[in-house]
Amino acid sequence: MSVEHASMRIIEGYAHGGTDLAADEVWAVEAHLEACRVCRDRLSAVVSAKVPAMASLVDTVWSGLEPQLAVTATMPRGRRWSAPLSRWMTPTMVPWLAMVVGVTLLALLLDLSDTGSGEVSLVLLLAPVLPVLGVAASWSRGLDPAYELTASVPRAGLYLVLRRTASVLGVVVPVLLVGGWVTGVMVAQWLLPCLAFTSTTLALGGVVGVTRAAVVLSTVWAGMVVAPTLATSRTTFALQTDGLPAWGLILAIGIGVVIARRGAYTVLGAHR
Amino acid sequence: MTIGKNMGKEHHMTSAVSAADIAPTAYAWEIQATGLKVRVGRKRMAVDGLDLSLGIGVHGLLGPNGAGKTTLIRTLATVLRPTEGSLELFGESVGGMGEHRAVRRRIGYLPQEFGYYKRFTVREFVEYMAWLKEVPKADIPAAVQRAVERVGLADRADERMKALSGGMVRRVGIAQAIVNDPTILLLDEPTVGLDPAQRLRFRELLQELGTDTCVLVSTHLVEDVAAACTDVVVFAEGRLVFQGPPDELVSVGGPEHVGDSPLERGYSALLLNPEQARGTW
Repeated sequence: MSVEHASMRIIEGYAHGGTDLAADEVWAVEAHLEACRVCRDRLSAVVSAKVPAMASLVDTVWSGLEPQLAVTATMPRGRRWSAPLSRWMTPTMVPWLAMVVGVTLLALLLDLSDTGSGEVSLVLLLAPVLPVLGVAASWSRGLDPAYELTASVPRAGLYLVLRRTASVLGVVVPVLLVGGWVTGVMVAQWLLPCLAFTSTTLALGGVVGVTRAAVVLSTVWAGMVVAPTLATSRTTFALQTDGLPAWGLILAIGIGVVIARRGAYTVLGAHR
Repeated sequence: MTIGKNMGKEHHMTSAVSAADIAPTAYAWEIQATGLKVRVGRKRMAVDGLDLSLGIGVHGLLGPNGAGKTTLIRTLATVLRPTEGSLELFGESVGGMGEHRAVRRRIGYLPQEFGYYKRFTVREFVEYMAWLKEVPKADIPAAVQRAVERVGLADRADERMKALSGGMVRRVGIAQAIVNDPTILLLDEPTVGLDPAQRLRFRELLQELGTDTCVLVSTHLVEDVAAACTDVVVFAEGRLVFQGPPDELVSVGGPEHVGDSPLERGYSALLLNPEQARGTW
């Protein structure tokens, strides 16, 4: 800061009680001292060197304060991971994400051991709905004890929804990436449906609440894709590479709806 | 004279009064409801045509169970949306769609069922709430410490929430409500679970807050109101039955009404005959 500092005359005058200074000078130097460390240091040097009465008064105040400060000033370092993490996911989401990861690994294991569903990859079949479960857990009134509080804060809204969704995807996508790589499924083949489902959950969630949207979409997926696939042991059209443009379109529509209705997320599910 | 400030370590001094503090307000009442109706579930109007204006001070919200106190407070906290009528907080209508971020930043809210994360320490939880309330990042540690000290939990600040007693959890709830220095403070049954000594301390805190904040305290304990409130709002079946200072409520009751204190007698007199009471004020 390149500010003008108080002159030595003013500082000394102030240290002697300000009686030699004009009222506006006292006022100005006080305001300056509040903001300027350099001048506080200079004042302190003047006080201890030239004004013994004031110095002893200050010492008395400090000796009175010190025992109190010794007790209160012991703020321990917080657990370093917990504060930043809570800005991305609530503690209630952790077991759900663990479950999602567990399900993915189980599906992967079944795929590798090649029992069960024949030529259909279970990882591919489950990939689209897995993040949806995590997103549902992140905005569930029943699961999150602090839901009512969260619903009343300024940060509630699309911003927080997207933050939590991103953290879900941040956990789920790498696991699926490994799964897809091991089973040899093309990345786009599961990533697009996965993102499309997530965006549709959020879009529908703006209308009926995220948890309900997740339940509806998971049911639709189970009925329309998982059940027929397992019954016929053939990958349905929806998951073949020809279906990719359709998934891309759904993703785009989902994102579009979310952006268009961004104001609706402030009162997310609370009044329903 | 501020001699001695210079002796400490690095201080981030700011002027005691900022421009925002002395700016004139552009509204008459912090909370103003006109013909407010809030539907709960499909049919029931929990708040049914309420006209209410509240300014700075401590307002006690009294009413029998099921009167709609919690619904009213949730609506004022912008968690519920009004079905009909208008609600203005700081002169800004909060009826319609849209984010009320600026309004929400100035509200503190303690819900009746205060949910929290058991694994968090007191400090972590209040910090988390301060972050959710968009307190500037640099101010969070100081604001949290101040809030925790005000509710007398400074010595327990680094304990996990699950290790706290019910009364302490309630005080954490109050701490998170005041961490953003709100201008409207909504407390739904804050004294539940507090022991008598803590209640006394809480009343002092209320009076302190009431000097520059619009505090609305819902309670069913009439003595809390008598001790700490500048103003009483009696609410029954979704409607306003009485609004005025505690003394006026006392004058409504007579010896024939039920109750241990004059205030309780006044309260039960109002609930016996709401129509007549509404005429008297």
